[in-house]
Formats: sequence, C-alpha cells, structure tokens
Amino acid sequence: MRYLLRKIGLLLLTLWAAVTLNFFLPRMMPGSPTDAAIAKLAQNGPVSPATRAAIEAQLGVPTGNIWDQYVAYLGNVLTLDFGISYTFFPQSVSELVLTALPWTLVMVGVVTIVAFVLGTLLGVLAAWKRGTFLDSLPTLTGTFTSAFPYFWTALLLLFFLGYVLQWFPTSGAYSPRATPNLSPEFIADAAYHAVLPAVTILITSLGGWILGMRNTMINTLGDDYVTFAEANGLKPRAVALKYAARNAILPNLTGFGLALGGVVGGSLLVERVFAYPGVGYLLYNAVTNQDFPLMQALFLMITVSVLVANFIVDVLYGYLDPRTRR
Amino acid sequence: MTEKQATTRGETAGPTEPAPSGRDEVPDGGADVARVAAAASPLTVLGRAAGTIWSVPKARVGLILLAVFVLTAIFAPLLAPYAPTDNSFGRAEGGSAAHPLGTTTAGEDVLSQLIYGSRVSVLVGLVAGFGATLIAVLLGMSWGYTRGFAADVINFFVNLFLVIPGLPLMIVLAAYLQGGGLSMIIFVVVITGWAWGARVLRSQTQSLRSRDFITAAQFSGESSFRVVFREILPNMTSLITGSFFGAATAAILAESGLSFLGLGNTAMVSWGSMLFWAQNSNAILTGQWVLLFAPGLCIALLATSLTLINFGVDGLSNPRLREGKGR
Repeated sequence: MRYLLRKIGLLLLTLWAAVTLNFFLPRMMPGSPTDAAIAKLAQNGPVSPATRAAIEAQLGVPTGNIWDQYVAYLGNVLTLDFGISYTFFPQSVSELVLTALPWTLVMVGVVTIVAFVLGTLLGVLAAWKRGTFLDSLPTLTGTFTSAFPYFWTALLLLFFLGYVLQWFPTSGAYSPRATPNLSPEFIADAAYHAVLPAVTILITSLGGWILGMRNTMINTLGDDYVTFAEANGLKPRAVALKYAARNAILPNLTGFGLALGGVVGGSLLVERVFAYPGVGYLLYNAVTNQDFPLMQALFLMITVSVLVANFIVDVLYGYLDPRTRR
Repeated sequence: MTEKQATTRGETAGPTEPAPSGRDEVPDGGADVARVAAAASPLTVLGRAAGTIWSVPKARVGLILLAVFVLTAIFAPLLAPYAPTDNSFGRAEGGSAAHPLGTTTAGEDVLSQLIYGSRVSVLVGLVAGFGATLIAVLLGMSWGYTRGFAADVINFFVNLFLVIPGLPLMIVLAAYLQGGGLSMIIFVVVITGWAWGARVLRSQTQSLRSRDFITAAQFSGESSFRVVFREILPNMTSLITGSFFGAATAAILAESGLSFLGLGNTAMVSWGSMLFWAQNSNAILTGQWVLLFAPGLCIALLATSLTLINFGVDGLSNPRLREGKGR
C-alpha cells in the first residue's frame, strides 16, 4: 500500500510538471498567436491598435500577471476547459479532443498490445534458438524495420495495398456514409479501415520488442537456475518458457511503458498519411492552422495518457516483481 | 522514436559494464593519465577505435553504409547530375536515361534531390546526435556521481523528459518556432533527445563510483570534476559512443518526420521534405512509386547503418567483449 501511495504521489507530481511545462512552453516562445494573426492581416494593409485589441479579445489572449494566469490555467485544466478552437470555430477544444481520442486509443492500444506479445514471443524464440536461422531472421529484419520512418511504411502500404491492389480503404476511419454507432456492421467497417494504419504501426514497432526481449532473454539464459533446470532434465520448452522467459519479460515490461511514447508519436505520422480522424491528425490540423489552444490541449492530453500508461505499467511491475517495491 | 531506439539500446548497457580488469584497478594519478594521453595522438586513438568496431561483421556493414552516405553528402555537387531545385524538366516523368529516377510533379530531377537530401540527414544526425550526447554526458555523469537532494531533482527532471512523448513535444515546439529552418529542427531534436542517454550513463557512473580506482583518485586529492571526466569518463567510451549513435538515429528519424509534416523549411531539399511534396502533390495517384520509395529507403538505410555500428561499440572500453579474441 505504501508502495502504491508513493507511486501515486510521483504520478501527481509528474502530471503537475507536465501541466506546468504546457503552460510555460508557449510563453517562452518568441511571437504570439496575436502576432501571427496580425502578420496575416498586415499583408493586406496596415493594422490599427483597435484591430489588435479586437483580435486579442477574440482569441482570448490572457491578461494580468503570470501568477494569475497560471492559477486560472490550472483551474481550466482541472475542469477540462481549454477554450474555443480557432480552426473549428465555434466548437470547443475539449469537444474536438473527446471525439478524436477514442479512435487513437483503441487503434494504438490494440496494436501496441499485439506488437508487444508477438515481438516478445519472437524474441524468446530468437534467444532460445540463437545462432540459427530462427534467430538471425527476426533479429536482422527487426533491426531494419525499426529504422523505417513510420510515415514511409504508411505511404508504401497506402500505395501498394490501398491504390494498386485496392484491398483496403485509403483514408478515414469509417465509410463516408456511415455514422458512428456501436452496431456490429459499423464496428466491422471501422476495423476494416483501421487495418492499414494498424499494420503500419505493427511493422515499425515490432523490431524493438524482438531485439529487447532477445537481449534480456540471452542474459537470463546464462543464469544458474536455468542451467539447473536443464540439468534436472526438464523439457527444453518448459525451461525456455517457464524458467527463462518468465523472468526475462520483467525488464521488457519497463520498456513497454517507455516505448509507448514512441508508438504514440509514430501514430501521429501514420494518422496524417491515412487521414485517420484521431488525436494525431487533429494535432496535425491544429499545427498547420496555427490553432494554439487546440494544439496545447492535444499535447497535454497525449502526455497525460502516456504518463498514466507508464504509471499502470510501473505499479504492475511492482506487483510482478516484489523486489522492486523494497 | 527516441524511445523505440531506447529499448534496444538500454539492454546493451548490461554486458558493457567493464569487468574489473587489471588496468582499471591501478590507481592512476593525474600525471599518469596525462602521460598516456600524450603518448597516443587523438588520431591514433580514433583509428584504433574504428579498427575495434570494424572487427565486428555487423558493425562493418554499418560503417561501409555510413561511409557511402557521408561521401555522397560531401560530394553531392559532383555526383548529382542536376541542381536539386532546377525545375526546368518535364513534370512527373517516369525513369529515363536523362532522369534515372524520373522527375517530381514540379519538374525537378529525383536522383539529384535524393543525393542532395543526404546532406540534411547526415548533418542533422551528426550535429543533433553530438548535442544530445553532450547534454547526456554532462548531466548523466554528474547526476550519477552526486548523491542526495541534487540527484533527486535531476532524477525527476530526466524521468519527466523520458516519459513525455518526444514527437508531439517536437511538433509543438516546431509549431511555435515556425520558419526557423534547419537550426530550429536541430535544437528541437536535441531538447527532446538527450534523456535516455543521460539515464544510461548515470547508472554506469553510479556503478563505477564505488570502484577502488575512484576511491584512490579521491584520496589523492583530485577534484570531483577531474574524477568524473578524467577517471570515470574513459571507462564509458562504449556507452557514450553507443548513445551518440542512438541519438543520431533518433535525430535522423525525427528530422524526417518533422520535414514530412511540413514543419521544417519545405523549400529545403531533404528526404523528409521530398516525401512531404510527394504526398502533397498526390504522387500516389500519379503512380510515381519511386518518389515515395527512394527517400524513405535512404532514411531507413542510414538509420540502420548507425544501429549496426552500435553492435560493435561494446568492445571499445572493454577488451573482453572484442570479438575474435579469446578470453
């Protein structure tokens, strides 16, 4: 219990730091949204101070000293009030984020778990059969595919499987005529649209899991208890899975939490290629339209999700390996 | 992306830990170090390091690949048949004798763009990789050496940067710094890419901190600065080289991602911006698959070459891990 409380305390502290970073980031940067808007207007002629004040009022530019701004900002974050989007006026930022979030969460979540399980199994196999074809093939392919830029894999799959062979839809998360609901037909349609983005993430992230698991597994195989199990005449499969892999998987689990950030980042690029209406595509739209409130809220949302996922992995780890609780 | 590299890198930290070989335990005084350093010129040391990496077959492939890319980048004006921004050719042509890889929708030669594009990736990889490693070394090693409150503060700070997803942070930073061009991208990549290296170097410093030769150095009255950077640092050559190549790989992938999103300078010819223009000019619809395939393959090959070299760095500071030599 004390362990859990300490972890929760650390999570809250990290969350606070992320929220604060999100507050100071735009304020440390040169220029302001108002300047950007005025620069656009200035191309058509001089801009009067009255226009500037009007733009500031419209954009909801914060006034007052920085401490008041910070307190107001914390209040807004706690009530999930991130203001109004510039681009999708008059929709609120929270509304936009909440419509985009499920798409990314489900797609990235499912793929990450599949990739972790598959990659770990392949890594176990590679380490157990090291020096053979079953080792070199996944290891070398994994090294190469994990160097693929996410968006490149996405573009190639889109071109060959989407346009040339026309096996899969080329953009969006569901057919244009469908409306999102929970009927089996719609879910099947959405799954069909998610195949290409999902396979992209799977191809690019699988290598990391294979290599990571292979490395820890090889270290474990050198341990005395593995030799002892072998000497006792246990079946090789039992030694590999019940003795070595079971212990080797623990360090890999920490990697799971950290790699999540990378996968989420990669999914941003993938969503851009497939125009998949998730958080990444929304962030892309926010950035290209200089929609600062939307951009900041999305960044915060992504960071918080990754922090919470890391927290869950951390707590899980403590229960799987009591030594780390101390 | 950084994290992805990180999972594979972190594991190599284990076997790299230098075994207490005889040499380590000799309490080198400052004068000794100076004499050894003077005996071997930096060039000889570099040559010997390259030889160690070269002796590992995987790393050898990586070195050759990297050399090809670096040479292409240096001699781009001699190798490229046309200027990369010369758009006086036919639009969206297929491959021909004059344009082996065809032309872009704007009428530029794809092969020339590909050759000049290597400059951006190689430069970003080297500079950002170096910047991120420098921060990682300075912060990671002093963090591993100090105890108490300061270490806790750095710990929190590094862990924060470690879990904040890199690419979204880069995108947000790049959006605020719009129009900054290449130096902006390098800055953003360095800011987001140092945390993993710092953590790996810190744990190694911690384990070296209590070795006999460090205690001896402390008793002989060396300053903490000198102990950290003259006594501990040379033992971590493998890890530092490793984190340099890891950071460089991450930097190259990050630059291409930002350029692909159009957040860098889209007028600058890089592999990422080639893909940006390919996607925006619907190269997919015109069936110009080479335009999609070639730049991405170059990014992947360059990144792979650095990962492969990393298989050879373990032998740098621990002779026992050098292949081909018995224990």
